[in-house]
Amino acid sequence: MARNNDMRWFPGFSVTTLLCLFLLYAPLIIVAVYSFNDSKSITNWGGFSLRWYADVFWGVEAPRFRAAAINSFIIAISAAITSTIIATMAATAMLRAGRFRGKTFSFALINLPLMVPEIVTAVASLIFFSAIGFTTGILTILIAHIVFCIPFAYLPIAARMQGIDDLYEQAAMDLYATRLQTFRLILLPLMAPGIISGFLLAFIISLDDFIITNFVKGAGIETLPTAIFGSVKQGIKPNIMAISTLLLAVSVVFVTLSWLVGRIGQKQQQTATNGGE
Amino acid sequence: MGNTRESMKEVAVDIVNLTKCYGDFTALSDVSLDIRDNEFFTLLGPSGCGKTTLLRTVAGFENVTEGAILLYGEDIANLPPNKRPVNTVFQQYALFPHMDVMQNVLFGLLRLGQDAASARARVGEVLEMVQLGGFAHRLPGQLSGGQQQRVALARALAPNPKVLLLDEPLSALDLKLRQAVRLELQQLQRDTGITFIFVTHDQEEALTMSDRIAVIAEGRVQQVGTARDIYEAPINKFVADFIGETNLIMVQVLGLADGNATCLLPGGGKCTCPAAQGAIAGEGHISVRPERVGFAEPDAGVMSGQVARLVYLGTDMHVDVTLVDGETITVRTQNSTGSYIPPVGENVGLTFEQGAARLLVD
Ligand SMILES: Nc1ncnc2c1ncn2[C@@H]1O[C@H](COP(=O)(O)OP(=O)(O)OP(=O)(O)O)[C@@H](O)[C@H]1O
Ligand SMILES: [Mg+2]
Repeated sequence: MARNNDMRWFPGFSVTTLLCLFLLYAPLIIVAVYSFNDSKSITNWGGFSLRWYADVFWGVEAPRFRAAAINSFIIAISAAITSTIIATMAATAMLRAGRFRGKTFSFALINLPLMVPEIVTAVASLIFFSAIGFTTGILTILIAHIVFCIPFAYLPIAARMQGIDDLYEQAAMDLYATRLQTFRLILLPLMAPGIISGFLLAFIISLDDFIITNFVKGAGIETLPTAIFGSVKQGIKPNIMAISTLLLAVSVVFVTLSWLVGRIGQKQQQTATNGGE
Repeated sequence: MGNTRESMKEVAVDIVNLTKCYGDFTALSDVSLDIRDNEFFTLLGPSGCGKTTLLRTVAGFENVTEGAILLYGEDIANLPPNKRPVNTVFQQYALFPHMDVMQNVLFGLLRLGQDAASARARVGEVLEMVQLGGFAHRLPGQLSGGQQQRVALARALAPNPKVLLLDEPLSALDLKLRQAVRLELQQLQRDTGITFIFVTHDQEEALTMSDRIAVIAEGRVQQVGTARDIYEAPINKFVADFIGETNLIMVQVLGLADGNATCLLPGGGKCTCPAAQGAIAGEGHISVRPERVGFAEPDAGVMSGQVARLVYLGTDMHVDVTLVDGETITVRTQNSTGSYIPPVGENVGLTFEQGAARLLVD
């Protein structure tokens, strides 16, 4: 019976799936494979080599890439830390302050950046910064990144917090803890997996951002994605494939970490609630 | 009953005309209780009657809509939970899952500002008291239900609160363990001298453990008294029916004098019995416990009827007798060789033991 309702038995299901997977991953795989190509051509395989990776680190474009990478990491770390702190406070207010006026509105506000087309945010940010006379530079990139990272940090944090019974906080208050102590000693440690997961997600979102960064970065400042884009405009060379593959690897590692931390948290939560029954 | 020794004692928790509403739903209505120092006081009532709500207002998790709560004379209604010298054993234990047993029990002591060394010594002492000496470094997830229950108890006892609130702490344990823990808990209360407010919906638990019991139904206190008061002198139909088994018989109250009522029973018999305070003349109900009804020759007792059913209960036998007006009376007799058990279909008379019947407030 169950088999008849199974999605897998819908006509054309497997074909569609394969097509989607192919379109999604084939370009990535090609880029990753050809980054190890010994030939200068980007279409003909000339044997395995690491020369394009060496080129990324020590070639003519290396100083530019290095500066861009440093900017990217500084921005991503600062934006992730700041947006995680803001998201944690927002989640605490949204989920632990009981009902308050404008709760639904606040929720929409926090998550709005997920819905607004990125190009619109980018243009709006640029107009905003020039309207208030802010010189574009690393600071404008940072501010823009903090803002659009908040919902990404918020989602795992709020999800985790929702699963924490407020009985623990009541027990802490009953045992003479102040509100602040209750937050620091009970809620924060229990939320930690969500917070770490949110931080990692925010970090990678910031590191990978191109559109908004490109609009608000100003002259002379590059992040990795804008530096890569700049190079591509002068023609695709295999060193672009190498640096893209590196960026891809960093993303994969962070997303996997974020997922793993989230899963550990879930398990912990399960044993905690099972234990309490 | 006339409990002069108890009533001399200081009042620990004085609940005065407490009303608690959630929106337009009244969870507690005009509750007044005085719980005495060093007392094992039980709140007993069916699910949803407001026991937890009452406990939570004393702990400080719910604000009161009307009325006052005094702790040793001091009004605590506006104090937050962390300022009340009261600790709670939660129904779901609520042990901090990321802290081991030691840290859990230490928590309250450290928040009170005790230095680490003496706090640790106290934790050791309390863990011994609940027989968990060797478990200090286990996480709550690594303990059995009974052990978690003890940790929750130890955690709440460690700061030596003036009053301990226990919300159905035994309900998650299996029957055998529950019976053992009952005795331990009672002993612990005697040893520590802490006032216990214990919540349960299990009447047996309430009757065996408590100094006094408050029976609650639908957010109102029905009756307060010792186990014996409540079982033998229930005030109204709810209490009589909720505590133990009873026969509720509809009667006409012919007269009330000196706390005694003369009642006209179904079938025309009469009986004189004690009346609960507040009972009135007219139509009413009397309560007679099944074990206090006896058999007689037909027409020799206060009522008569026909045996409809026999239910074997091991040591006892339930005999259901249908009266002429269709009501059923249950008689409980011992299953011993000497006792008379009429066969099904037999016409029998029924007698009440001296003082067995009691007129109730409807
Ligand atoms: N936060 C709340 N909002 C609205 N109604 C509530 C709330 N908490 C409790 N109630 C209602 O108040 C009544 C009493 O609840 P309470 O939890 O005190 O019952 P209880 O006697 O402890 O029952 P149980 O034996 O099932 O634990 C119930 O009808 C419940 O639905
Ligand atoms: Mg309850």
